[in-house]
Amino acid sequence: MAYRSLQEITEAAGKQQVPFWRAVLLDDMQERTVSEEESIHMMHNMWSAMLDAGAAYDGTLRSGSGLVGGMGQQMEEYRRQGNTLCGDFVARVIQTALQMGESNACMKRIVAAPTAGACGVLPAVLIALYQDGRISDEMAVESLYVAAGIGQVIAERAFIAGAAGGCQAEVGSASAMASGALVHLGGGTSEQIIHAAGMALKNLLGLVCDPVAGLVEIPCVKRNVAGAVNALACADMALAGITSRIPPDQVIDAMKEIGETMHVSLRETGEGGVANSPWARDLRL
Amino acid sequence: MYIFDILGPVMVGPSSSHTAGAGRIGCTAAALLGERVAEAKIGLHGSFAATGKGHGTDRALVAGLLGMRPDDMRIPESFEIARREQMKFEICEMQISGAHPNTAYLKIKGESGKVLEMEAASVGGGRIRISRLDGIDVSCSGDKPTLILNNVDQPGFVAGVTTLLAQNSVNIATMNLYRDKRGGNAVTVIESDQEIPEKIIQEMKMVPGLLKVTYLKGGDV
Repeated sequence: MAYRSLQEITEAAGKQQVPFWRAVLLDDMQERTVSEEESIHMMHNMWSAMLDAGAAYDGTLRSGSGLVGGMGQQMEEYRRQGNTLCGDFVARVIQTALQMGESNACMKRIVAAPTAGACGVLPAVLIALYQDGRISDEMAVESLYVAAGIGQVIAERAFIAGAAGGCQAEVGSASAMASGALVHLGGGTSEQIIHAAGMALKNLLGLVCDPVAGLVEIPCVKRNVAGAVNALACADMALAGITSRIPPDQVIDAMKEIGETMHVSLRETGEGGVANSPWARDLRL
Repeated sequence: MYIFDILGPVMVGPSSSHTAGAGRIGCTAAALLGERVAEAKIGLHGSFAATGKGHGTDRALVAGLLGMRPDDMRIPESFEIARREQMKFEICEMQISGAHPNTAYLKIKGESGKVLEMEAASVGGGRIRISRLDGIDVSCSGDKPTLILNNVDQPGFVAGVTTLLAQNSVNIATMNLYRDKRGGNAVTVIESDQEIPEKIIQEMKMVPGLLKVTYLKGGDV
C-alpha cells in the first residue's frame, strides 16, 4: 500500500479533493488492480458479514472452556429495562461488543477487525448507529474504508497482533479505527478523523495481552467494550474540535516502541497479567 | 498488506492467527496437492502446540484439508466430517528448529497417492507464509497468484519461464529461487500481479528442466 502515515492519507485526500474514505478506496483499487465496483462490493460483503454476525448471537452458547457466554444477553436484558447509566445507545454499543466477542469465543462467524480478538469494537459502534437509522449501508461501507485505512497504517508502522505488541495493538488499533470511522459518520474532516484515531490509540497505550489459559476469552471479550466506548468518546472529542497534541502518527510509533519493550509474558503467551492471577492459575480446564 | 487484510477475513473464531490462519494453511496445502486428501499427518509447533487446542487450531487445519474456507461454519465439527469422508489424520506436537511460533507441519497424501510435505506459519490476521515445501525452504504467502515450479537447477530455466510470462504480459511481483544443492532439486516461486491462464501453465511444462508445476490463484483460499 502506498500510505505510510495517516498524515499521507489526509494529504492525498486534500490534494485529490476527496474525502478520507475515498483516498483509501482509490489506493486499494491501485494496489489490487481492481475496479471501484469490485472494491466496494467486497467492503459491502464485510459489512453484511458484520450485521449477520451481530444477528446470529446466541446467548445460550458457552465457549469451549465454559468461561464466557451469555454476557451479551445479560446486558441486553438490563438495557431493555430502560434504566442504564449510559443511556440506551451506549448500552447497546456495550451489548454488541460483548456479543461479538462471545460469538468469536464460541467459534461463530465474525469479521476480524483488525483481529478476531478485537472483532467486537468496530461493529459495536456501527451497528448501534445503523439500528437507530442514523446511518445507511452506504455510509457504513464508507466508514469501513476509513477504519481500514487507519488500521493499515498502524499495521505498516507498528503491529496489529497481540503477540507482537500486546492488546494495545489489537483493541487499541480497533478503537482507533472505530473512532476514525465514527468521525466520518459524524461529518468530520480528514484531520478530525486522524486526531480521533490518535486519541483513541493513545488512551489504550500500554494495554497488555494477558489471555487467561491463552484463550481469546478473558479479558478479551470485555476489552472490546473498552475499545468501543473509548472510540465513541474520542470521536465526539474530535468532532468538538479537540485534537491529539501528539501527532497521530507519532502515537502509532509510540505504540510500537511500547510493544517492543513489553515483556514477553504480556504478549499473548498467557503467562503474565491476569493470566497469572491466582484465580487463573487455579483454573482446571 | 491490503485493506482486506485489516478488515477481514470473515472467519470462524476465536483467533485470526490460530484458527483462520490454521484453516488457510490446511486449505492451501490441499490446493497445492490438487486432489482430495486421503491421509494427513499434522505437526503443531510452538504456540500452535501450546494453545492450539483451545483455539480450534487442530480442527481448523483438518477443515482446511477438507477444502473448507476459514469462514466455514462446519469448522468446529471438522473431525467428525473427516471421519465421515474417510480422511485419515493424526495430529502431534512437534518442535521445528527456528520456526515461527505458529507453525504447522503437514504431510498429506492424495487419493491417487500423490504426496505433499509442507511447513507453513500463521503470521497474523489470518495471513500465512509457506516456509518449506517438499523438503526445500521457500517463502510465499499465497495472497497473490503464485506459481510454484519444481525444477532441476540448471542454466536457462529461469529465462525460459520468465520469457513465457513476459510474452503473455504477466508481470512478476516477486520471484525467488531455492535449491537443495548446486545442480540438484530446485523450487522457483513466482508471485504475479495477474492471474496466469491455464494455457501458459501448460506451455511451461515444455521448459527444459521443469519437473512439476503448481499454480495457486490469488486469494484462492
